Amino acid sequence: MSLAKISQLAGTGVYVAGDDVDTDRIIPARFMKCVTFDGLGEFAFYDERFDANNQPKAHPMNDPQFAGASILLSGRNFGCGSSREHAPQALYRHGFRAVIAESFAEIFFGNSITLGMPCLVMDGRDIRALAELIAEAPQSEINIDITAGQVGIADVTFPAMIPSHAQEALINGRWDAIADLLEGLNAVHATADRLPYMQKA
Amino acid sequence: MGKTLFDKVWAAHTVRELPNGMTQLLIGTHLIHEVTSPQAFGMLRDLNLKVLYPHRTFATVDHIVPTDEREEPFSDKLADAMIKELRKNCAENDIKFFDLSSGHQGIVHIVGPEQGITQPGTTIACGDSHTSTHGAFGSIAFGIGTSQVRDVLATQTMALHKPKVRRINVNGKLSPGVYAKDVILHIIRMLGVNGGLGYAYEYGGSTFDAFTQEERMTVCNMSIEGGARVGYVNPDQTTFDYLRGRPYAPAQAHFDAAVDQWKAFASDADCTYDDIVNFQASDIGPTVTWGINPGQAIFIDENIPALADLPAKDRGTAEEAYAHMKLRPGTPIKGTKIDVAFLGSCTNGRISDLKEVAQHIQGKKVKPGLKAIVVPGSQGVSAIAEAMGLAEIFREAGFEWRGAGCSMCLAMNPDKLIGDQLCASSSNRNFKGRQGSPTGRTVLMSPLMVAAAALTGEISDAREVFGIHG
Ligand code: SF4
Repeated sequence: MSLAKISQLAGTGVYVAGDDVDTDRIIPARFMKCVTFDGLGEFAFYDERFDANNQPKAHPMNDPQFAGASILLSGRNFGCGSSREHAPQALYRHGFRAVIAESFAEIFFGNSITLGMPCLVMDGRDIRALAELIAEAPQSEINIDITAGQVGIADVTFPAMIPSHAQEALINGRWDAIADLLEGLNAVHATADRLPYMQKA
Repeated sequence: MGKTLFDKVWAAHTVRELPNGMTQLLIGTHLIHEVTSPQAFGMLRDLNLKVLYPHRTFATVDHIVPTDEREEPFSDKLADAMIKELRKNCAENDIKFFDLSSGHQGIVHIVGPEQGITQPGTTIACGDSHTSTHGAFGSIAFGIGTSQVRDVLATQTMALHKPKVRRINVNGKLSPGVYAKDVILHIIRMLGVNGGLGYAYEYGGSTFDAFTQEERMTVCNMSIEGGARVGYVNPDQTTFDYLRGRPYAPAQAHFDAAVDQWKAFASDADCTYDDIVNFQASDIGPTVTWGINPGQAIFIDENIPALADLPAKDRGTAEEAYAHMKLRPGTPIKGTKIDVAFLGSCTNGRISDLKEVAQHIQGKKVKPGLKAIVVPGSQGVSAIAEAMGLAEIFREAGFEWRGAGCSMCLAMNPDKLIGDQLCASSSNRNFKGRQGSPTGRTVLMSPLMVAAAALTGEISDAREVFGIHG
C-alpha cells in the first residue's frame, strides 16, 4: 500500500472561531446513522450552518467568499469529545485537507493524521492574524510546509508545530499505520502468546 | 525504581517500535458497537484482510436501539440497517455479539465489566471515547477512531504514542449526598477540559480506595471529558471481588492465580509520576454544569460565574454558553426550571445508581407535566432492577422505565430533546445539540440530583429535597 507523501499543502482558508469545538458540533450524531462515511461532507458543522428548517445561517463556511476553502482554522482544544472518525471524515469529505488550531483533542488528532489530513498547532495570536489576512483577501493562497513547520500567506510566515511522529508519518507516506502494523504480525503473535488472557479458552 | 501500572501494562503489550517512533501496542480486548465498526469492516473487505483474533473482539448494540419499541425491524430504517450490518459482520467473522435477544445487550462500557471481559493488566480499545471507563479495573483502555478499529481487527494492535502519567489523589470521606459523579465533575472543573491532554490519569487516594467498583467506573468514564484519553485505578480486592464468578472472568480454578498476576500490575509504591494533583474529598460538593462543556461546572449552591469572574481565556466559551443555555451570569443555578430528567448512560446507568435513587424516591412523585425517563445501562442491569423491585418504584414515582441503551445521552435513537428543552441529565456531555435538538440544553449532575430535579421540576439540591444531612 503506497500512500502519498504529504510535505506541502496549499489552498484557501476559512476561520471558524471558537474554543472547545467538539465532535458533536463537527458532525451531529444523527448524521452518523450510516454504514459508510460517504456523503458525510455536506453535514459538516450542520447545526452551526443551518437552522431547524434547514435554512443557511450566517456562518463562515456558508459565506461564498470562502467557498472552496481547504484549510480550516479554529481555536483551542479543537475536536474534543467523542472518538467518532465521522468528524475528520466529514471535514475531509467537505473538502478540507488541513486543520490549524491552537490545540487539538488527542483522538481527533490521531484520526485526522490517519486520513492524511494534517493538524497543525499555531499560536492563538498568529491564528487570528492569519484569519485577518484571509478576511481581507479570502482567495489568497495559504502554503503549509509540514517539513519546515511553517504556514505562509502572501509574504508573511507563521511558525506551526506538528508533533514529530505525525510529521514523520506524513512526510514519508506512512500516515495510515496499517501497512506498518501488518509487517509486525510475527511479533504480534509472539506478544499475544505471552499473555494468558489472549489464549483461547 | 518502581513502575506505574501504565508502564507495566504498556511494556507487557509492546510489540515493537514503529519506524516513526510510535509503539505498536497489542490490544488484548476489543469492544465494538454498531456506530463506529461498519466502516471498519468495509475497509477490511476493501483491503482483503481478515479478523486476526476473532475471540478477542466482543460486540453489542447500544447507540441506535430504541428504548421503547424493541421489535425489529425498527421504524427508523437507518437504525435498522445498522443493527443488521453489525449482526452480519459478527456472524461472518465469528465475533461474539451480545444481541438484543441475548439478555445481555447494553451500553458497551457497562456490558464489558458486567460480563467480566474487562480485566486488570489488559489493554482494551473500543471505537468510543468513553472506553476510559474500563480503566477502573486497572486496565489501560483507549477510545479509538474507525481506522484504528480496522487496525485492531486486522492486526490486534494499533500505533500509539506513549502518554505521560498524572496521578490524581482524592483523600478523605465524601460528604453525604456527594457522589463519584461530583468527584469527576470537580476534577474536570479544576483541571480543565483539556488539562489531561497527553496524559493518562491514575486516580488514587483513600476516597478511591473506599469506592465501589461501579463508583470507580463513573470517574474513569469521564476522563476523556478532562482531555485524558486514558484513566485508571489500580486493581485491589474490590476489583477482584467484583470480577469473581462473572461469565468471562477466569474460571474459579484459575481465579486466584489470575489475581496474583493482576496484583503485580498495580503501580509500585516507589514509582514516579510525570505530575501529581491532590484533592480533598471534603472540598467537593454536589456539582452541576451551567455551560456547554463539562468543565463549566459549579456547586449547586454557587452562582453561575459572571464574565468578570472568569480567566480571560475562558470568556469566549462562557459567552457562548450563556447564550445557548439562556442562563443569567451571576445568578443561582438552583431553581432553574427543567423540562426533562434523564437517568442513564455509561456514566451512571448501573445498578448501584438505580438503587441509590430508588431508595430516596420511594413514595414520591415526579412533578406533573415533566418527562422523566430511566434507561438502564444494560439488559443485565434492567433484570436485576426488576427483580429487586426498583423498576416498580420508578414507575410508581412517574418515571418511564425503558429498555437498555444509550438513549438520550446522545439521542441517536428516538429519545430526543425538543426545541430548547432543558434536561437534568446523569450523562457525561453537555455539548450543544448533544441530546438531539440543536437548541436543547443539558445540565450534567449525579443521578440523585437528577431525581431531585425530576420531583421538584427545577434544579435542586438533592440534600434538601431528600433530607440528607451530614
Ligand atoms: S451512553 Fe453516551 S457516552 Fe456512553 S457510550 Fe452511549 S452515547 Fe457514548
